[in-house]
Amino acid sequence: MSKGKLKVFLGYAAGVGKTYRMLLEARQLLDQGRDVVIGYFEPHGRRDTIALTAGLETVPRKVYEHRGSVFEDMDTEAVIARHPEVAAVDEFAHTNVPGSPRLKRWQDVMLLLQAGIDVLTSLNIQHMESLNDQVWHVTGIRVRETVPDWILQEASEVVMVDVTPRALLHRLERGVVYAPEKARQAMDNFFTEANLSALRELALRQTAHQIEEKRDAAGRDRILLWLTPHPAAAMLIRRGRRVADYLNSPCTAVFAQRDEAAMEPWLNVCRNLRIDAKAIPCGDPARDVADYARAQGVTQLFVSRNTPELARLVSMARDMQVIIVAERVRTNTA
Amino acid sequence: MASKEFCRPDPDQLLRRIQTEESGAARGRLKIFLGYAPRVGKSMRMFEEGLRRMQRGQDVVAGAIQLSGSRELEDVMHKIECVPPLRVGDGESMDVDAILGRAPQVCLIDELARENPAGSRHANRWQDVEELRAAGVNVVGAINLQYVCEQQDAVERITGKRAANSVPAAFVKSADELVMVDVPADEVSRHSQRGSLQPEQLSQLRELALLFAAEVVEEQLQRYMEEHGIRQSWGTQERILVCITPRSSARAMLDSAARATQRFHGQMFVVYVKQPDLLREQEETLEANLRYARQLGAEVRLLEGADPIATILAFAREERMTQLFIGHTQRAKWKFWTPAPVDRLIAAAEGMDVRLFPQTAAT
Repeated sequence: MSKGKLKVFLGYAAGVGKTYRMLLEARQLLDQGRDVVIGYFEPHGRRDTIALTAGLETVPRKVYEHRGSVFEDMDTEAVIARHPEVAAVDEFAHTNVPGSPRLKRWQDVMLLLQAGIDVLTSLNIQHMESLNDQVWHVTGIRVRETVPDWILQEASEVVMVDVTPRALLHRLERGVVYAPEKARQAMDNFFTEANLSALRELALRQTAHQIEEKRDAAGRDRILLWLTPHPAAAMLIRRGRRVADYLNSPCTAVFAQRDEAAMEPWLNVCRNLRIDAKAIPCGDPARDVADYARAQGVTQLFVSRNTPELARLVSMARDMQVIIVAERVRTNTA
Repeated sequence: MASKEFCRPDPDQLLRRIQTEESGAARGRLKIFLGYAPRVGKSMRMFEEGLRRMQRGQDVVAGAIQLSGSRELEDVMHKIECVPPLRVGDGESMDVDAILGRAPQVCLIDELARENPAGSRHANRWQDVEELRAAGVNVVGAINLQYVCEQQDAVERITGKRAANSVPAAFVKSADELVMVDVPADEVSRHSQRGSLQPEQLSQLRELALLFAAEVVEEQLQRYMEEHGIRQSWGTQERILVCITPRSSARAMLDSAARATQRFHGQMFVVYVKQPDLLREQEETLEANLRYARQLGAEVRLLEGADPIATILAFAREERMTQLFIGHTQRAKWKFWTPAPVDRLIAAAEGMDVRLFPQTAAT
């Protein structure tokens, strides 16, 4: 059985019309005679979108009980048992409710694809793991629900769902996106014209990159990240991943063995972004990392500004490209 | 190259437009739906927008339509009042006077890049649009990438064809809103007739259109930030600054920066802080390197300042650089008891990536 195909409707904020486009496509496929079901749909009280679900079969949600509370989520096993040709699954970046067999919805989507079911899904750009710092820099919001970038690369198609920030703000004002109270809050915080424009630009560039990637030959660079246990390591990892993706080149990481116990949170970020991280014995870390990089044929060595031995590393690695990754801070803006 | 000349915007005209804008007159807004190829559905999106606005009580007319043979599209068109075109010689052009007389709130105009027949009021439809906007009519229009003048070289490289008519990119960028109409390439090729573009060509055009839209959004964002006095750089375009000295081995750095600029679809800048008393040989190397940088498409700036590092940093911040490329310190040149300039640069360049390059002895 061949794997299902993943199609992602990419947006830059709630209310741009991702779910609408996804369901519109589901209906069109149904009209073409394909066997289509809704695996999961979050109505958010939006009438035009809800109207699209009429005539589409919906697989009932599963109810989970957890510590006396009741939660609902997609019933992945039931969708697989029903085995449609195509399933529409809303909110790709969703974190599953407590008690679910898997942590994240994208993991459930992977199961559907493995079962040979094509999946249509919706995603906002700010949920991409490697963009986490950039999104924070622009909006001041740390997005907690992220999907690893490699999943987007598995998608056979990414479609940009575009509206202008002005049109989106109008929708918000008219109460199409959120109830009035929530809409007002949203407009004060996240939904400012500058935020929305910056996120929109990110989404346009990401979609373009996605197309280009399918075409490109492998690059000739080898990228190595030197990790030290400092919170800025996450920024270093995400930046390294993005540069490596754009250069289409492999990316790995090293850290000193003696730091191993403190490294777990950053190793987790590495795993999420599919970067192999390796402990190396270090007597003189700057020298050992430079030697390791040289031995591995590394062309670009990425380090954080907070690496205690930064100056020494720079002087040890004058024969290669060393990239000191920016620490982007948010200055308060009106 | 001749066609370049032909489609350049008239700078005076654009300047006048900007001045009108600043004068605060109630100029009509312009919203453009951008498609990357025929049949992506941009006209449909435009008419749907017109219908939605009608339903919200706005007075909408269609000023110029394009019959496409698509039933769906014609069904939508029939719901909107159409101002008939004007016969001019053997051709037709949009009836600007009739529209001005009818004075709608919103006018839908397809095929913004149309050339008007000889004897029309304006040579191009986009100039008609400017006149309508000046009179306070809001315009919703549609255009395909191949008709944006500054994109035509790139489009021709993909398709081997070049449209004879075009609009200046400045016109598209002057729109208050631009919407990218995005659909996967294989859906477009499925609906196309024979002889049209291949899926691979379509996907390259699609990428080009997305990047053009991103560029427009970035410019709008910068304008918005400037108008609102926000100084932080929020743009997501990579801006790469290469710092060269008479002694640095600049070639490798410039090549690498050019490659990164291309991969990131970013912009490349090169600076040199003027230094006194150069040897003739150094002067020649420097000149050659600056020439090479310009060939690579970099914007080259010569700066003056007593403190080169501070001068570079001030420039980098002002121009919202995201990456700084600079050569590693050459050990022999620096006494161990003073911090090398590069270390000072690293310490101060907080919001930017600093990329240090290996230095070979000379060149």
